[in-house]
Amino acid sequence: MRYLPLTNADRQAMLANIGAADIDALFVDVPDAARRDGTVDLPRHQGEMQVERQLSAMAGKNMTASTVPFFCGAGAYKHHVPATVDHIIQRSEFLTSYTPYQPEITQGTLQYLFEFQTQVSELTGMPVANASMYDGSTATAEAVLMAHRVTRKSRAVLSGRLHPHYTAVIENLSEMGGFALAQPDMAPQGAEDLLALIDDDTSCVVVQNPDFFGNVTDFTTLAAAVQAKGCLLIVAVPEVVSLGLLKRPGDMGADIVTGEGQSIGGGLNFGGPYVGLFAARDKYIRQMPGRLCGETVDADGQRGFVLTLSTREQHIRRDKATSNICTNSGLCSLAFTAHMTLLGGKGMRQLAELNHARAVQLADALGAVKGVEVLTPAFFNEFSVKLPANAAQIVDALADKGVLGGVPVSRLAPHAGLDDVLVVAATEANTENDVAAFAAALTEVLS
Amino acid sequence: MSEKQTFTGNRGLQLEEALIFEIGSFENCGVDLEDVPQVESRLGDCAAQGDIDLPGLSEPEAMRHFVRLSQKNHAIDAGLYPLGSCTMKHNPRLNEKMARLPGFADIHPLQPQSTVQGALELMDSLAHWLKTLTGMPEVALSPKAGAHGELCGMMAIRAAIEAKGELAARTRVLVPESAHGTNPATAALLGFKVDGIPADASGRVDLAAFKEKLGDDVAAIMLTNPNTCGLFERDIIEIADALHEAGGYFYCDGANFNAIVGRVRPGDLGVDAMHINLHKTFSTPHGGGGPGSGPTVLSERLAPFAPLPYVEKGEDGLRLVENNGDAAHNPFGRMVAFHGQMGMYVRALSYMMSHGADGLRQVAEDAVLNANYILASLKDVMSAPFEGPCMHEALFDDGWMKDTGIDTLDFAKAMIDEGYHPMTMYFPLVVHGAMLIEPTETESKAALDLFIATMRDLVRGAKEGEVERFKNAPELAPRRRLDETLAARSPVLRWQSPEAKQAAE
Ligand SMILES: Cc1ncc(COP(=O)(O)O)c(C=O)c1O
Repeated sequence: MRYLPLTNADRQAMLANIGAADIDALFVDVPDAARRDGTVDLPRHQGEMQVERQLSAMAGKNMTASTVPFFCGAGAYKHHVPATVDHIIQRSEFLTSYTPYQPEITQGTLQYLFEFQTQVSELTGMPVANASMYDGSTATAEAVLMAHRVTRKSRAVLSGRLHPHYTAVIENLSEMGGFALAQPDMAPQGAEDLLALIDDDTSCVVVQNPDFFGNVTDFTTLAAAVQAKGCLLIVAVPEVVSLGLLKRPGDMGADIVTGEGQSIGGGLNFGGPYVGLFAARDKYIRQMPGRLCGETVDADGQRGFVLTLSTREQHIRRDKATSNICTNSGLCSLAFTAHMTLLGGKGMRQLAELNHARAVQLADALGAVKGVEVLTPAFFNEFSVKLPANAAQIVDALADKGVLGGVPVSRLAPHAGLDDVLVVAATEANTENDVAAFAAALTEVLS
Repeated sequence: MSEKQTFTGNRGLQLEEALIFEIGSFENCGVDLEDVPQVESRLGDCAAQGDIDLPGLSEPEAMRHFVRLSQKNHAIDAGLYPLGSCTMKHNPRLNEKMARLPGFADIHPLQPQSTVQGALELMDSLAHWLKTLTGMPEVALSPKAGAHGELCGMMAIRAAIEAKGELAARTRVLVPESAHGTNPATAALLGFKVDGIPADASGRVDLAAFKEKLGDDVAAIMLTNPNTCGLFERDIIEIADALHEAGGYFYCDGANFNAIVGRVRPGDLGVDAMHINLHKTFSTPHGGGGPGSGPTVLSERLAPFAPLPYVEKGEDGLRLVENNGDAAHNPFGRMVAFHGQMGMYVRALSYMMSHGADGLRQVAEDAVLNANYILASLKDVMSAPFEGPCMHEALFDDGWMKDTGIDTLDFAKAMIDEGYHPMTMYFPLVVHGAMLIEPTETESKAALDLFIATMRDLVRGAKEGEVERFKNAPELAPRRRLDETLAARSPVLRWQSPEAKQAAE
């Protein structure tokens, strides 16, 4: 077997050295009832070529984003990732390293984490960011728990325009942890009166920008009003490229900002692995979940980096920890950092502008199709349209024509009564031809 | 060793590297983007004011920056990485190649299911392998790492208890003192009271103490098996039976599954839920701290509460059940947006198919053999706290260091100068100054022999009073010992420009 270096002669010599008669002697502690002779009922080992053949056959059955006009978003976006990024994350020294528990020989990982934290802090406009969470949805749920700790209250108010999966993750964790929630019904547009839902036990208000339907909102006034009631404002940002062109949540007055970093450095990967961003105000550092990398010096006085403030974490604080997270999304944060470093602030702005421009073109093209109404007045790279028929069926019909034309709201929220609403995204990866092809296919499907 | 000072601070191939913010410039960009079409902005009142204050690097500069950083890391590809409990085994590159097939990497989680049948087939195959290897009827694939899998399993347990109307009564979760920190942290997240169980003299759960603690208010036990001392819990079936008798559930931390894969099925041990770290047993790379993946297998009793989403066979092909109303059972909810760590699923399945049932059994046997070889080869000079053979990792304490003037930390740092990543230190907590060595099955006998010889020489040095070799270590790594107290006392968690720093003072 190609992954196993021991030869049979090695095994015999080692057993003799140990003083064990055979390998079974090393498994003496396994109760008789649980011993199994022979192998489990699964195929035997195979060579690279055979494995590759079978997995390629599975892969070949899927319609890939790069080969068709592609407009799906809703929390996962198709962007171009420079070839350099994938090379960097495949460097053995990054790829096959563990969490940097021995800082003297993991300065590579620690330094990029420090760079990552700085980039996230700058993009969100928040003083501190951590070294990553699993993804945007779990980061947002952890933000709610953090708000409960900070305020010692136990109820959260969620915008009805939060990504339905994010809502579901928060709901699950809240219900299980004994916390309460309030949320208005989901509506693609119009004002939401979240302040009215705040009561004495409310710790935070969670909004999303751009929201699930694509609306962009300046939450400056809301932030002040929420804080006046003793609550924290949490802003979730599922499309991080939007931070290249929109007012930063930190500048709006947010207390905690969470995000999905997949768009920078990450592929679609059918939903994971992605990378959760988590940033907060200075005064809340000690209530933050997850790992933090900090600057220090070594015994020779040279600058170096370490994991720090770990008295918040499970390996020290156990049942009093701020979170149970251990392994996070290290390598995805490296991809993020590498891509962001290639872009720089200037490139990030231009990338965001390209996304917005393509989305504006798409909105104009789809809005011109008979029976289609664009519902989102102000947006970044994603918006909602109302269709004259069931959106899920239309998306299926578009797929039959080789166009992946967005995400029907009913896929994520089947009971919202929004079966005719479709969420569509455009990015720099779309061409003008893609936009024209989408509009043409939609026209055909609707006629 | 040369003491030569250099102008640059570099030492031959070991290059110093500044932060991006110190070497980049705002004008630089390593990506050529298209010109932006002229359109009327539709950003409403939300447009950014001012520039994004982040420097860029051209492509060659960026490549150099990150390659230089990489050279400051230890990695499994470069040498033995015997971090106990972390299972740092070889990460096959076939897995990387497979995960990058566009058919897996370039598909959206919410595109029509008819267009991703191959992806669902992959998830279904992975589920089949995991269920068969563990002897469990159900698996929730979506948890994002081990700790997230613990949360998933404990949520299923909580849901089952709630369904029986016993939620108010069952408030206590038993957790052995040797448990990983994520176990108590997970139980506490769900509002349970954590109650510790001591270890007995053999390094295992103290059966009498455990039975003593059983009662109507016990929701579950969270037991690691093989445990964090690297030992198989001999009484595990008796523990499971007694617990079930008392109406509790058995969560098994499966981080150490590598020791028994293909040889023992947790389903035969009375386990109700167990996470599997794909980034340990099934060789997906740990990436310097993730991403991981923590599929969680569930027993018959917990299967009805398995979370969303999951794959099932539908009328025309496979179907991903994503919403509550569509589920035939009673899912407890959703752990995460979308469907979990697809990229890791592909790698893990590629690994399993490569090894096959026969190879996986050999994996467990070689992992256990390698660890016992280390234990047998070092226990005459170091102190092993427990008798008998170990499973996949060998545990030592600091008893043998008494009177040497050095401690576990010093010993670990001296290993760095010898070119090794240290073992896990000071964990598990039940052993003083713990040193937990997990070689994994992907080390050759020659590699182990050199490691053992090195360890024996270090021990000899410690006992013969070569204190400086330890106290000053590491001296040959990219950095000497780092001041962690300083880092925590006045945290600097992001870069600041000299001007901003000055303004802040
Ligand atoms: C025994 C044990 N349990 C749980 C975990 C947590 O797993 P993860 O880091 O994947 O969340 C680990 C690894 O860190 C572990 O060693």
